[in-house]
Amino acid sequence: MFEVFFKYEFLQNAAVTGMLVGLVGPLLGVFIVVRRLSLIADALSHITLTGIAASLLLEKKVAMITDLNPVYLGMVFSVLGAVLIERIRKMYKNYEELAIPIILSGGIGLGVLLISLADGFNTDLFSYLFGSVAAVSRSNMWTVLIITIIVLVIVVLFYKELFVLSFDEDHAKVSGVKGRWIHLLFILMVALVIASSMQVVGILLVSALMTLPVASALKIAKSFKQTIALSVLFGETSVLIGLVLAYHLSVPPGGTIVMITILILIVTIVSKNVSTSFFMVKEGV
Amino acid sequence: MIDCKIVKVNSVSFKYEKEWAIKHANFTVDKGQFVAMIGPNGSGKSTLVNLILGFIKPNIGSIQVFNQSIKQFDDWKEIGYISQQVNRFNGGFPASVLEVVKSGLVSRLGMFRFLKREHTQKAIEALKIVEMEKFAKAKIGELSGGQQQRVFIARALVSDPSLLILDEPTVGIDAKHVNDFYDLLGRLNKKNGITLLMISHDIGTITKHATHVVCVNKAISFQGTSDEYKQFNKQNFTHVHEHMDQQLIHDHVEVTS
Repeated sequence: MFEVFFKYEFLQNAAVTGMLVGLVGPLLGVFIVVRRLSLIADALSHITLTGIAASLLLEKKVAMITDLNPVYLGMVFSVLGAVLIERIRKMYKNYEELAIPIILSGGIGLGVLLISLADGFNTDLFSYLFGSVAAVSRSNMWTVLIITIIVLVIVVLFYKELFVLSFDEDHAKVSGVKGRWIHLLFILMVALVIASSMQVVGILLVSALMTLPVASALKIAKSFKQTIALSVLFGETSVLIGLVLAYHLSVPPGGTIVMITILILIVTIVSKNVSTSFFMVKEGV
Repeated sequence: MIDCKIVKVNSVSFKYEKEWAIKHANFTVDKGQFVAMIGPNGSGKSTLVNLILGFIKPNIGSIQVFNQSIKQFDDWKEIGYISQQVNRFNGGFPASVLEVVKSGLVSRLGMFRFLKREHTQKAIEALKIVEMEKFAKAKIGELSGGQQQRVFIARALVSDPSLLILDEPTVGIDAKHVNDFYDLLGRLNKKNGITLLMISHDIGTITKHATHVVCVNKAISFQGTSDEYKQFNKQNFTHVHEHMDQQLIHDHVEVTS
């Protein structure tokens, strides 16, 4: 079942990239969920689509630009979207969540315009929306590896600051934490990870890989570090099983990966409820 | 002579939009004092604490903490802050009590320094002070309001602060645990020598425990020792009482005539 992943380069690329995003996606996802920012991942994934459409349009209309990898412009748009979200959040201090629909709908609107202006693309846009086991090139894989290393180093270096900011912003202020800078750094990491995950999971499902494993972990974890460890474990399990299934069933991996995360979530909720009822019966409550 | 003033509020005024929330406030907190900041709802107590902590900037006047202007203040390990946390924090946050207390060491460690095993030991010692060490591995959201507030005190104490600022910390704690809470604060003040500045609207209880009282009603209407406050309150109460008695007599005369 797994042998083919050692045989073909394109499958190796997909597997390694998948494992990397299965690590950093849920890792950042924990901070996103506890800060109640789950929809930011959706907004940034939609603006990434705009970047991809812009890249494909440039390639089609500008003769000098050939062989431009759409992922890179997707990353640029995602990072710009992250900066814009922060700006808008500051503008609407009492309605900070407004930044998300503004960027999300703006991203989709501009994306649709660019796609229409190009009269459609030769490239299969479907693979960007739902992921593909065949779309990841070796150079993409290296880019994702570099992004993963950067994210891991930043999270390790700023772990305690990220924890304090997520748990209690007032306490972060009286601890001398430079909240604004750390938050900007964090949202830039989210933007890069979303753009990196897009080829394996797809734009429309990338936020699920960042949040659903966390939803499962929250049900059973006893501490923050345990929540991170379980989220990553669930993320990796979903990516591995999802990729193998996608290859053998010839379906986009985004769908299979997300369905595995949903399955894990259901199993966790049911097992948690069963164990709670068992202990209540045992204690005679 | 060593300056023992820990907080100095010099002619501070602050306004939200158009309305002044604080007008020409002057007061100090000296080393070793347990200062109760009291006043009715909307009197500006929390605004004053937010100004002292540098969350907001005064329109007029200046604030010094540990002889540094709050604008440039960076020695945050000296200050422990406890807000009305029980009402405000995300109860579903997946952190253990130990993790929450260890997060109080961020100000002492600064950037790029990691939490080590000795810090875990320090956090457990802080939990022992508030008698919560047996809950170290419990999830913070699973504790009662009073227990959570004790954990937040441990978090504030773990960096060995000289000043503890508390903004209505008894809100959300059931009445039977409020006295235990004040006993704990009294011990921290007397035994550990920590200076306390605490906002409360529970005037009766706090003035029994505090050494000094500051009355806020946009401006500072009183500052002195607890005994002086009791005297001040008695005079004012007598005055109000006399006024009410006269009003009652007046009403009675009107009704009977």
